[in-house]
Amino acid sequence: MSTLTTPRRESNQIRTRALTRYGLGGLAILASVVVFLVPFAFIVTTALMDSQQAGEFALAWPRNMQFVENFTTVLQTRDYILVIAFINSTVLTVVSVTALVILGSMVAFVLQRRKSRLTGLISFLVLAGLIMPPAVVPTIWVLQRLGLFGGMPGLIFIEIAFGLSFTVLLFRAFLATVPRELDEAAVIDGAGPFRLFFQVILPLLRPVTVTIIVVQSVNIFNDFTNPLYFAPGDENATVQLTLFNFQSQNLTSYNLLFMDILLITIPPLIMYLFFNRQIVAGMTSGAVKG
Amino acid sequence: MTRTSPVSARPRRTVRRVLALATALTLTSLSACSAGSLGSSDDSGDGVEITWLTGTDETAQATAQAIVDAFEAANPDITVKLDGKPAGAEGDNLVKTRLSTGSMPDVFDYNSGSLFQQIAPEKNLADLSGDDAVARVDDAYAPQVSVGDQIYGVPYGTAFAGGIMYNRKVFEELGLEIPTTWAEFETVADAIKAAGKVPVIQTYGETWSSQLFVLADFHNISAVEPNWAQEYTANQAKYASDPAALAGFEHLQEVWDKGWANSDFASAKVPDGMRLLASGEGAMYPILSGNITTLAAAAPDAVPDIGFFALPGTDASTNGLTAWFPNGVYIPATTEGDQLEASKKLLGFIASPEGCEAQASASPPTGPYMVEGCELPADVPQVTTDVAAYFDADKQSPALEFLSPVKGPNLEQLCVEVGSGITSAADAAKLYDQDVEKQAQQLGLEGW
Amino acid sequence: MRDVSATISTPPRTERAGAGGRGGRERRRRSPYPNWFFLPAAIIYGVLFLAPTLLSFYFSLTRWTIFDSEFIGLDNFAQFFSEPALTKGFVNTFIYAVVTSGAKVVLGMALGLLLTSQIVGRGYLRSVVFFPVLVSTVGVGITFQVLMHPSKGAINSALAVFGIDGPGWLTDPALALFSVALVDIWKGVGLATVIYMAGIVSIPNEYREAAKVDGAGPWSTFRNIILPLSWPATSTVVTLSLIGGLRSFDLIWAMTKGGPGFTSDVIASVIYKQYQAGFYGLSTAGNVILFIAVTAIVIPLTRFMAKKEVDV
Repeated sequence: MSTLTTPRRESNQIRTRALTRYGLGGLAILASVVVFLVPFAFIVTTALMDSQQAGEFALAWPRNMQFVENFTTVLQTRDYILVIAFINSTVLTVVSVTALVILGSMVAFVLQRRKSRLTGLISFLVLAGLIMPPAVVPTIWVLQRLGLFGGMPGLIFIEIAFGLSFTVLLFRAFLATVPRELDEAAVIDGAGPFRLFFQVILPLLRPVTVTIIVVQSVNIFNDFTNPLYFAPGDENATVQLTLFNFQSQNLTSYNLLFMDILLITIPPLIMYLFFNRQIVAGMTSGAVKG
Repeated sequence: MTRTSPVSARPRRTVRRVLALATALTLTSLSACSAGSLGSSDDSGDGVEITWLTGTDETAQATAQAIVDAFEAANPDITVKLDGKPAGAEGDNLVKTRLSTGSMPDVFDYNSGSLFQQIAPEKNLADLSGDDAVARVDDAYAPQVSVGDQIYGVPYGTAFAGGIMYNRKVFEELGLEIPTTWAEFETVADAIKAAGKVPVIQTYGETWSSQLFVLADFHNISAVEPNWAQEYTANQAKYASDPAALAGFEHLQEVWDKGWANSDFASAKVPDGMRLLASGEGAMYPILSGNITTLAAAAPDAVPDIGFFALPGTDASTNGLTAWFPNGVYIPATTEGDQLEASKKLLGFIASPEGCEAQASASPPTGPYMVEGCELPADVPQVTTDVAAYFDADKQSPALEFLSPVKGPNLEQLCVEVGSGITSAADAAKLYDQDVEKQAQQLGLEGW
Repeated sequence: MRDVSATISTPPRTERAGAGGRGGRERRRRSPYPNWFFLPAAIIYGVLFLAPTLLSFYFSLTRWTIFDSEFIGLDNFAQFFSEPALTKGFVNTFIYAVVTSGAKVVLGMALGLLLTSQIVGRGYLRSVVFFPVLVSTVGVGITFQVLMHPSKGAINSALAVFGIDGPGWLTDPALALFSVALVDIWKGVGLATVIYMAGIVSIPNEYREAAKVDGAGPWSTFRNIILPLSWPATSTVVTLSLIGGLRSFDLIWAMTKGGPGFTSDVIASVIYKQYQAGFYGLSTAGNVILFIAVTAIVIPLTRFMAKKEVDV
């Protein structure tokens, strides 16, 4: 198709493309270093300092490189609670997000495809979930009556309940990009709603699903109010709660605090990198749709 | 848009994979539910086990652990497990929530005074009147953890004071005496400023520290009007209209007007302030004596050079310290049977000389213990010695929050505004009076 | 949006199901969009979120100390509206929400486009942009308090190199809210970008190829293909960041506590202070008011955006 251009036009195009690729890319990398890496540098260097220098609050090179000491101190604090917290957070995140993806997409599917009198009401209730903060004490009463208070299962259900709004919103918005003709074809082929949704529609929503997995995992992993109030106790500790080990009015060990922050930020980052490839894979494989 | 057969092999695999993953995860989660005891050894079976909810931060943990170790050594049949709550307001909320939903562990520590009154002690806590546990509690402290004649807790930690931490070396160098009236304070501050040092350190990067001029002045108000706290609670005394009370705000404004504060006061945090004080660049720092630990962490060598004196008022003869009582340890009403007995023993241990020793070994005392028979060890920081001297001479009185439940939520921000020259002292006092109305009405106090 | 559901669920009948009809009821054909799909989510959501929220609405009409409650009617609401810093709080909330959501939409779209195009270092850029989303608010708050320090901070030191006297980002009453908004954008733009990337990737390649065949330049492709077809992403980002901005307070709390003084107070931080002080009934009333206010802004907005949706 591009044979209609002259050789000179072509080489110009190639040059422009290369300029865009490398020029824009280079500029972006430079900007990213200033905007994103400098704050990151602060976190890393403070995590490596000794406690005295950390209290100086300056972006500086650590006088006393204390990586191993800080690392082991944070890890060992309160009987390795950080390790327990990681296990708890991981379990909580994985189970909740799986449930959210399945349940939320089901709701969004019917909500988007089928307009009924309920649609307006349900949309409003979904939006309410984003706007209204949870009421802690009444929720605890409900959990207690159900026998779910103070343990992981109850917390999982809580995270699902609070995460549904965002999930439904996102899925619903992107379902508009899946053409209804596919539904028709599947129904004619004899598919019931379950098969229609899980085998036909959901695979086409891969970018959105991956996005939701990433975003909700981050939200749930970083949540501290819900675990604090609904599953109190050290055996249920989650990672954000460990930050409180290093903060108090009289004495905040900023170096240990930042080492903790670093430790609880790196695994989600790795997980994000991994899932990111899934989005890319979806794109470069080209014909995801039709 | 071409039509493709939607029912193909690939999506079916996805469904199966999802189901398999979900099953595996549910099973893992059920097993990981008991991921509780990594690293900590499982305790022996015979004795009684009680759980103590205390702060998760290092100082709180160190102190509690020291007590637990000493207690378990003296009582081999009891084991104490520590559970954690965040420090500060978040932790307070957690305590209230757990109390109200009946999910509080066997023992917990919490504020005393008016905040203690707010957790409905008669309904939620175990009455300890007449029990051995409270036998040695200091008489001055007992009302702070009681409702009427019924006492519910024992003191945890030391009393501490609000006032001025000062650099003794700087004072020596400049030939200055500790001021006992506000006029003397002004002279001292001006002299320090003339010598090129910072007279009054302010650290609004941590807003709570802005309140010291107002709150730590209360002894001076009580000296002039002994019933001020009662009148305040009954809505008959106000900060704006009472010159003795307004003085605290006015002093804060003077810091701004006379330029006594450090140049980065608006963003400095407490460790920054401590460093200024320790190095001698700053001479006086209105703060709580308990923050000597912050100084010790920032500049351990300077600790002997730092002393403490009370915020001066108008009259040198009534000069004295505004004191804060320590937190208390309490037992919720839900603790029963063997746990209740063991918990009472723990409280009794904390309120005993052995308990004081254990606490002192973990964190340096910043004032006197409120338990009969507890002596301060010899190697306490100079600040503690200075504070204890005021107590020994009986030149101290409790801060307002221990005599009145009325305290508005916005005092910190109002003080920051006065100290930053945004609002005048008179306006801020008026605004604060309005602010406390909400609190008083919430508490259903009469007269508001 | 064209409603095609009639074609699926109604076999040859003269009755047009129309928008909102329960087509197929006559024939008792199972609709491929069954209502029981709602059920598991509805149970969890209803029991663990809706019920407690409704309960709390009741408590907004009481004086509630957590331990006992006393019915006082609308007094809490009256008291909330007589809060001196309230007007400033509402204004601040609105400014904060508009600034942060506007920036996130624009920057998110730009970054989304950039990071789905063929530039070098794309993988690295994607991680670096998303990384702030993962860091705890406490960490971000302290980090930027340090970087924004008027004299020692890295930002003002860098500006000083160019001879510019940097302002007191967090200490100048006029600037404090804006500075926190900048940090909020820094922290949140990665999320918007990820959503946009998903939106752009969801556009079938055929459209882009067709545009190229027609000789469309990059700007034209953007305006006519990418922008309309990534509308789901745009509307989601707008909704989420607007709601988030109107309700946000934890970054403000971590960085300035609503200060200096009250100048960066937003409604949510006013409510939080009341909650901290133990005025549970009052803070719940505040939440109800905030809920009504946010709903009043967001519902018309979502309706407006739904109209602009393009059905593929």
